Amino acid sequence: MSEFTGWGNYPILATEQLGPRAPASVPDLVRSRSGLIARGQGRAYGDAAIGMASTLSSCGLNRMRSFDATTGELTVEAGVTIADILTTMIPRGFFLKVVPGTKFVSVGGAIAADIHGKNHHRDGGFGDHVYSLRLVLPDGETVSCSPSDNAELFAATIGGMGLTGVIVEATLRLLPIETGWLKQTTHVATNLDAAIATLADTASATYSVAWIDCLARGNALGRSLIYVADHASTADRNRLGPTQPTFPEARRGGVSVPSIFPGFALNPLSVRAFNEVYFRRGVARAGAAELVDWDPYFFPLDAIANWNRIYGRRGFLQHQCVIPAHSARAVLADILERVSRRGTASFLAVLKQLGDSHGLMSFPVRGYTLAMDFPITDTLFDFLDELDALVVAAGGRLYLAKDARQSRATFEAGYSGLGAFRDLRSRIGANERLVSHLSARLGI
Amino acid sequence: MTAQKTVLVIGGSSDIGHATALRYAQAGWHVALAARDIVAAQRNADDIKARTGVEVTLHPLDVLQTDKLADFAASLPVLPDTVISVIGELGDQTRAESDLAHACQIMRTNFEAPSLLLGLFAQAFQARGSGTIVGVSSVAGDRGRGSNYVYGAAKSGFSQFLSGMRNRMALAGEVRVITVKPGFVRTRMTAHLKLPAPLTVMPERVGADIFHSAEENGREVIYVGRRFWLVMTIICLIPERIFKRLKL
Repeated sequence: MSEFTGWGNYPILATEQLGPRAPASVPDLVRSRSGLIARGQGRAYGDAAIGMASTLSSCGLNRMRSFDATTGELTVEAGVTIADILTTMIPRGFFLKVVPGTKFVSVGGAIAADIHGKNHHRDGGFGDHVYSLRLVLPDGETVSCSPSDNAELFAATIGGMGLTGVIVEATLRLLPIETGWLKQTTHVATNLDAAIATLADTASATYSVAWIDCLARGNALGRSLIYVADHASTADRNRLGPTQPTFPEARRGGVSVPSIFPGFALNPLSVRAFNEVYFRRGVARAGAAELVDWDPYFFPLDAIANWNRIYGRRGFLQHQCVIPAHSARAVLADILERVSRRGTASFLAVLKQLGDSHGLMSFPVRGYTLAMDFPITDTLFDFLDELDALVVAAGGRLYLAKDARQSRATFEAGYSGLGAFRDLRSRIGANERLVSHLSARLGI
Repeated sequence: MTAQKTVLVIGGSSDIGHATALRYAQAGWHVALAARDIVAAQRNADDIKARTGVEVTLHPLDVLQTDKLADFAASLPVLPDTVISVIGELGDQTRAESDLAHACQIMRTNFEAPSLLLGLFAQAFQARGSGTIVGVSSVAGDRGRGSNYVYGAAKSGFSQFLSGMRNRMALAGEVRVITVKPGFVRTRMTAHLKLPAPLTVMPERVGADIFHSAEENGREVIYVGRRFWLVMTIICLIPERIFKRLKL
C-alpha cells in the first residue's frame, strides 16, 4: 500500500500502487483489478487520481511514438508530460494547441480532465485537439477511438476523469510556431465590470487571463490585471527582442518551498501586501506590448517547485467554478464579495473566459471561470458550500480536477451529461472496476 | 561538417540504453540499438526518432550466445565510432546463493558477455586507429557486499577488464575506454526497490554523463551521480574486520 494525495495535499489516502513500464503490460493489470484508476503526475488537486483499491501510475508510459513534422501530428504514450513535449518540440517549431497552468501534467491526465488553457474561448480544450487515442477498457481490451471511430466512447473519455478506461496512447495535433515567445499586453481593470469588459474586448487575441485581487472591496471589488497575448511572429521578435534566441529554453532549477513551511506565514496581512505589490507592478508595465518567454508566460508557478506546500500541513482547496455568460457578472460579484468579506487569504484568483466543450463530462461551458485557493481551516468547508449554492443557482458547475469536497447534489445539478455517462459506464462494465475516490464520493 | 557519426548501444531495450541513445541522437549521431527484446528496443527507437527525427536501426542480439558475438560484430553495416554496453542483470542474490544456473547467468550477463563483446570492438577500433568504448559497470563492483555480491563480483570483473583495456589502448594510440559506475538509477531493473532519493538519479543523467565523458573529453572513469564517488570511497576504506559485520 502507498499513500497518495492530490496537489492540494488533501485528502491523503492509501491504495495499492501499480507501475507498468510499458503500455503492453497495462491490459493485464486492468483486467485483474477492481477499484482501479489511472494516475499521471498527481496534479489533480483532490481525490480524482486516487483509486479506491489500486492506483495505476502512468510514469513508465513515457515514450513518444511518432511525429510527423509536416502535419504536426504527434503520437505519445499517456504518461508523457506537457513539459516533455514542449521542451522537445519547441526547438522544432511546434507548440501544444492547449496548455494548462502547469507543464507538469501528463497527456493522459490532460485528456481525462479535458484541461483548458488561456485560449479556451477561442480554441477549445485539450480534448478538441486529440485526433485519436488508445484506451484499455475495464475488461482489458484495447480499443482505438476518435471523433469518427467509437465516437461515443471518445466523447466520454475526453473529460471522463479516467472512468471509461486507462488511456495508454494519444495522437495530438501540434501548433506550428515561428518563435518561442509571446507578445503580451497587460491591461488594468479597476473593478469586476471592467475586467469582464476587457476580457470580452480582447477575445480575438489567442490568450487572455485576469488575475484578481480577491481582497479588494467596495468600488474596487474585482480589480484585476489582464494578461493578453499571442504567439510572437519572427517579425515581433525582431522588433521587440532582436537579440533574443528564436526558441528560448525551459527555465532550469527554480526555487523550492521547504516541506515544513508554516501555514500561518500565509495570512490576510501578508497576502494583502503581496497583492498590493503585484498589482502596482502590473499597473506600471500596462499598455505597451512586450516579449515574454513561453515558460514564465504559461507556467509562472512552475518556477516554485512544490508551491502547494505554502499552505502548510493541512493542505488547501481550490474552488474553481464556471458561471454561464448571461448570469456571470452578478454571481461573480456575489462570490468575490463573500470571499473579500471573509478575508481569507486567497493567494491566487484567476478569471478566464471559457467556450463550449465537446466531452460528455468536460468542465467548460460558455461563460467565465473563477479559480481561488484557500488554505484548509475548520470553517472553510461550510463557506465553500455557500459558494456552491450560488454556482448551482446560476446553472454553473465545479471543475472535477480541482475538486476534493463538493456534494453529490452540487455535482449532479452541474453536469448535464451525467446520465449518459453513467449509462456508458454500465455498458462497458466500468462500475465496479474503474473507481476513484472522486467517483465514489460523487456517485459517478 | 564531418560525416555523421554512429553510436552502437548494446542493451537498447533498457532505460539507460534509451536515455543514452537519445542523448547521442540529440547531438546528431546515427543510432544503432542492439537488443534481445526487439519489441522493447523498437519502442525506444520510435521514441528517439519521434523526438529528434534521427534514424535509428535495430540489431537483434543475445549477448549470452557468446559464440555468435563475432558474427554480430562483423554483420554491422558500419563499424561504429562509439560502442556502449549498458547490459546488466541484477538477479536475485538469495537465489544465486543456491541456484548455480542463476548465479552463472548473473556472472555471464554482467561480466563475460559485455567483456567479450567490447573486447571484439577494441580489436576492430585498434585496427582502424580510432573509436570509443564505454562500459556501464556499477558501484556494486567496488566492494563485495553481502546483499548483492554475485552481481557485484561480476561488475567488478567487468570494471577490471575495462581498466586493463584502457591501459592497453592508452599505450597503443587513439582508442578511448570509459568506465561508467552508476549508483542508484530509477529504471525498470530497480523499479521494485526502494531507493534513497538523494542518491538516486534518472536514466537521463546517466546518458548525459556518458556523452560528456565519451564525446566531450570528460573523465574516463565516472560515477553517476557524482555523490557516489564519496560514498564508495568511504565504503572501500572501512577495514574488513568492521566491514564484514555491517549489513550492507
